[in-house]
Amino acid sequence: MAGTRGTDGTRGNDKPVPTRMEPPVGADSAPFWAATRESVLLVQWCTDCDRGIFYPRSFCPMCGSSGSGLEWRTASGRGTVYAATTENNPAATGVTFSNGEPYVVALVDLEEGVRMMTNVVGCPTDDVHVGMAVEVTWEPLTDGRQLPLFTPASGQGPAAGPAGGSK
Amino acid sequence: MPRVDRTLRGASAVVGIADDVSPTGELDRTGRALEVAMILEALDDAGLSLSDVDGVCHAESSMGLAEYLGIHPRFTDSTMTGGSSFEVHLEHAAAAIAAGVCDVVVSVYASTPRSDRTQKRPVTRRFPGGPNPMAEWEWPYGMRMPMGPYALAASRHMHQYGTTSAQLAQIAVSTREWAVRNPRARYQTPLTIDDVLASPMQSSPLHLLDCCLVTDGAGAFVLASAGRARSLRKPPVYVLGAATCHDHMMISQMPDLTVTPGTVSGANAMAMAGISPAEVDVLMGYDSFTITALLHLEDLGFCPKGEGGPFAADGKLGPGGSLPMNTNGGGLSFTHPGMYGMFLITEAVRQLRGEGEARQVPGAQMAVAHGSGMVLSCMSTAVLGTEATL
Ligand SMILES: [Zn+2]
Repeated sequence: MAGTRGTDGTRGNDKPVPTRMEPPVGADSAPFWAATRESVLLVQWCTDCDRGIFYPRSFCPMCGSSGSGLEWRTASGRGTVYAATTENNPAATGVTFSNGEPYVVALVDLEEGVRMMTNVVGCPTDDVHVGMAVEVTWEPLTDGRQLPLFTPASGQGPAAGPAGGSK
Repeated sequence: MPRVDRTLRGASAVVGIADDVSPTGELDRTGRALEVAMILEALDDAGLSLSDVDGVCHAESSMGLAEYLGIHPRFTDSTMTGGSSFEVHLEHAAAAIAAGVCDVVVSVYASTPRSDRTQKRPVTRRFPGGPNPMAEWEWPYGMRMPMGPYALAASRHMHQYGTTSAQLAQIAVSTREWAVRNPRARYQTPLTIDDVLASPMQSSPLHLLDCCLVTDGAGAFVLASAGRARSLRKPPVYVLGAATCHDHMMISQMPDLTVTPGTVSGANAMAMAGISPAEVDVLMGYDSFTITALLHLEDLGFCPKGEGGPFAADGKLGPGGSLPMNTNGGGLSFTHPGMYGMFLITEAVRQLRGEGEARQVPGAQMAVAHGSGMVLSCMSTAVLGTEATL
């Protein structure tokens, strides 16, 4: 399902129909979502305590730094599965992006030290395990932004598809 | 009967303040950014920092604010009474400080209706920082609620400590043994580990019978002063200790999926009661899922971290075992209307009054009711005891 357009249906005046609940843009995360249009994964960074911040905030929750202490850095796109579950009953979650097939929801620890929720795609669900190396891939949203998903890292299982975090 | 003693008198003080207004009627900042600025300014005014704060008040969501701030408060208050909310927060915080629940409480408010209009900002009422962070960072991925977060925690616990599905299943089996003795329980037929493992896999690694019921249910309790309590109809069940802690709101912000804030609430409640886990006769530990109950066993100190699986595996949680747990049949087999915590208290009280009938734990004097809210997010522990425990 990685790389499938989120626009496989139309409604009324040809408006694309999302296959996912599309994320709103939070007060502090506009740069993150803008970068996804170029397939770039950004992480908010606190230069005062030298740590990544996720989700993006108006200040650093670890040291209290605000404003000038915060910047955006390009992430490597590589990470490790911290926890994972296969949703075996897609009807119960109401999602349409998996076409009724089981899919994996995971928490991934990025190399930059922050953790995010995602789907691990591009391999059988049974292949996904805690501790697995993964890398980012992108799924287009209806407004040109892209949603970061993850696939097995290159050299570990099937090819990761066209996208990657190496920009 | 009006109270004449003023136990809050002189027990707390306002030590820092901040506010932000403009003659234009508009501010540059809004939402969470404005709230955080006010909090940091008020703390600076007091010579304190965020790490000193152990209590949070917010008229919409003290949990959402604390998650954004990255703090783990032991006092939390989302009381919403309109314009008087902050005076109520002051009163509640003063009572909490007087009682030794916490030391430093912040209450904050930010609202920008004028600039919201002139700047044409999308106004979301529930979350001052903009949209609900869950909508931005979790909902797109289709996690099943509320099961998914617990499945993630179970996957991590299995990876880190070798916990098995059969060990989790034993918790459901022991709980069912209690339900078999409760004619009011939803499920009263015996259960085996194989039954649990053969039930359909839901959010892996959780099987259907690792998950709580969905039932109707209702309950209430009345708390009175000890003086009053002694003159009433039933034997009093005393609150010996109580404590709370939350460390995230959504699962992707939980610092460690194998350690809940029950480590804080449990230790504080038991310290207040002056007891150790070994003295607990009945444990009512919120069992939304088998993994939830397993984490409580570890985090409340009934067994070391990581050993909850083997600890539960010998059946000691069931009737006749050394740690009777969820004696009404729990959320797994008795009832679960969504917010099950009320039934932890009603069953603990029944056991301590000796009203447990076929499921009565002989001689029960001390019980712990340990509630778990949201997605392992907010833990609140109450230690309850009979007259003999005072
Ligand atoms: Zn910092």
